[in-house]
Amino acid sequence: MTVTTRLMPVVLAFFAVSALGACRRAPEPVVPAVDTAAERMAREAELERQRQAAAAEAEAARQRAINDSIARVRAAEEEMRRASDMLRATVANVITFDFNKADLRDDAKAMLDTKIPILLANSNVTIRIAGHADERGSSEYNLALGQRRAAMAKRYLVERGVAEGRIETTSFGEERPICTESNEACWSQNRRDEFEITAGGPMLRRP
Amino acid sequence: MFVLSASSAFAQDTTRGVRIGLTYDPGTKPGVVVLPIRAPAGDSLVAIFERDFDLSNRLAVVRLAGTPPPTAAGGRLNYQFYGTVGAAAVVQASVTPRGVHVALHDVAKGTVATVHDFPLTEAPYSRAWRHAVHGIADQVEEWITLRRGIAQTRIAFVRGNEIHMVDFDGEQEQAIPVVGAALSPAWHPSGQLLAYNTYGPESRIVIHDLRTGRTRHFGAQRNVTNLTPSFTPDGRSLVYSISTENGADLYLMPLEGDAFPRRVTVGRGSENVGPSFSPDGNRITFTSDRTGHPEVYIMDADGTNADIFTAFDFGDQNDRASPDWSPDGRQIAFQSRIDGRFQIFTMSIRDRQPRQLTSEGENEDPSWAPDGRHLVFVSTRTGTQQLWILDTESGKLRQLTRAGGTRLPAWSPRFGSR
Repeated sequence: MTVTTRLMPVVLAFFAVSALGACRRAPEPVVPAVDTAAERMAREAELERQRQAAAAEAEAARQRAINDSIARVRAAEEEMRRASDMLRATVANVITFDFNKADLRDDAKAMLDTKIPILLANSNVTIRIAGHADERGSSEYNLALGQRRAAMAKRYLVERGVAEGRIETTSFGEERPICTESNEACWSQNRRDEFEITAGGPMLRRP
Repeated sequence: MFVLSASSAFAQDTTRGVRIGLTYDPGTKPGVVVLPIRAPAGDSLVAIFERDFDLSNRLAVVRLAGTPPPTAAGGRLNYQFYGTVGAAAVVQASVTPRGVHVALHDVAKGTVATVHDFPLTEAPYSRAWRHAVHGIADQVEEWITLRRGIAQTRIAFVRGNEIHMVDFDGEQEQAIPVVGAALSPAWHPSGQLLAYNTYGPESRIVIHDLRTGRTRHFGAQRNVTNLTPSFTPDGRSLVYSISTENGADLYLMPLEGDAFPRRVTVGRGSENVGPSFSPDGNRITFTSDRTGHPEVYIMDADGTNADIFTAFDFGDQNDRASPDWSPDGRQIAFQSRIDGRFQIFTMSIRDRQPRQLTSEGENEDPSWAPDGRHLVFVSTRTGTQQLWILDTESGKLRQLTRAGGTRLPAWSPRFGSR
């Protein structure tokens, strides 16, 4: 029960008494009037405290709601960023080739298949495919081989709907190895196409 | 100690084609003494002459133990003495205000065979001075053996992604400024231009003028790699490979006028790279994988009659590349994989018998010297890629570079003749 409710019977009683007193016309000293002023001040102070407490509570609630909102937006942005990073990583995934070959193996085709929906959903994205070779073979032949490896991947993507003008091809031959050991484990990594996003905004949309 | 006489005993004119002493025949090396030169830079002159004669593999330098015997009156050398130490020729040089005066003595005949005044005004020890001195050595060698030497040549090559060149004797390595990551330097027959290609996006053919430092370039296009430029023997055009999604074909580009490249090979999707002309300009040898793996081919310069040159079989996965046609037109040097590594081979156009020239380490990218006898190539035999020079007649090998990572050498023509 609030203070006001508790006081109500007293107030009513007071009015009743004073009303009766007015009827009987008994001018007794109004002790309750003196108490009423003090009580009134106390009551008003109490009311003020209640009002302030309520206001603070409401403010806190509003602030919590705002913070929740910001957190939800940030989480959503973070989620979009993570998703975009994963999409970018998928676009950038390397495909590899057999020795002296530019044909796409099945695993390379599967890897290219994961890039296609992303490229189709983000039509402002352009990429550069760079072909590479391992150190065996003459450096000059390997430069041509790298160009063909890039061209094969591009043709696969273009045949499946990616606009030709969005894909640039180039070759680094055997000039940019990612490892330098002379063994098949290293060579097989170097026989690759690399994919680089050259334009199209930092955020990629999900397909 | 000897006195150089300035008397009229010396003729005033070069007699080219003077042959010293014995009938020259390959396998014999005439002995030659270079007399000390008492002048500033005289020791350097002697050292360069002697080293150039050593490295030619065609002369046997006789180094005297003590001072040479005194010259007799009238400037006559003690020919009998020189005969006993095995010299067929004596080179007697002196420094003049305008250059170097050289008298070549024929020991057997006991006379001066020829004299000449060579201009030499360059600052002593400079790159240009050394270049001119090498030219004198080459002329002296021609007097003795009837064949001009190759001391006044340079070898261009790739180090990192840059084009460098070094003198025949391994000195004076210099870089030439390049417009991008560079490969495959090639000399114009005049020795005054170097072509190369850049790779990556904007791959192009670049022609660098060594006299002026100016460059011109062409071919940069999306989705294209331009590679392996090679000048025609008449110096008027350049053949190179354009690699696209349709394979790599060789194209001919005239250097003058409104030029556009004209296709030469019909590769039908195969890779055709690395052209090298026969010295008469009528045929081209190149690398092609039209059978599924790289082999060396020869075709007419207009692209017709293409046929495999490396028709021999080393088992599965044959891999042959980087042909270079010899200056005498008789044979082609190339690399072939054998036992898992590339080695240098030559094969004559006539007999088509492959000759393996290397076996240690991995050896690639052969390039003929203008004498058609020496070959420079890349070898890993020391553990890093270095340039080595092989005398195909004697089998002598010489390491040309010491700092690692050298590739794709190209031997220059002789720089002008005397």
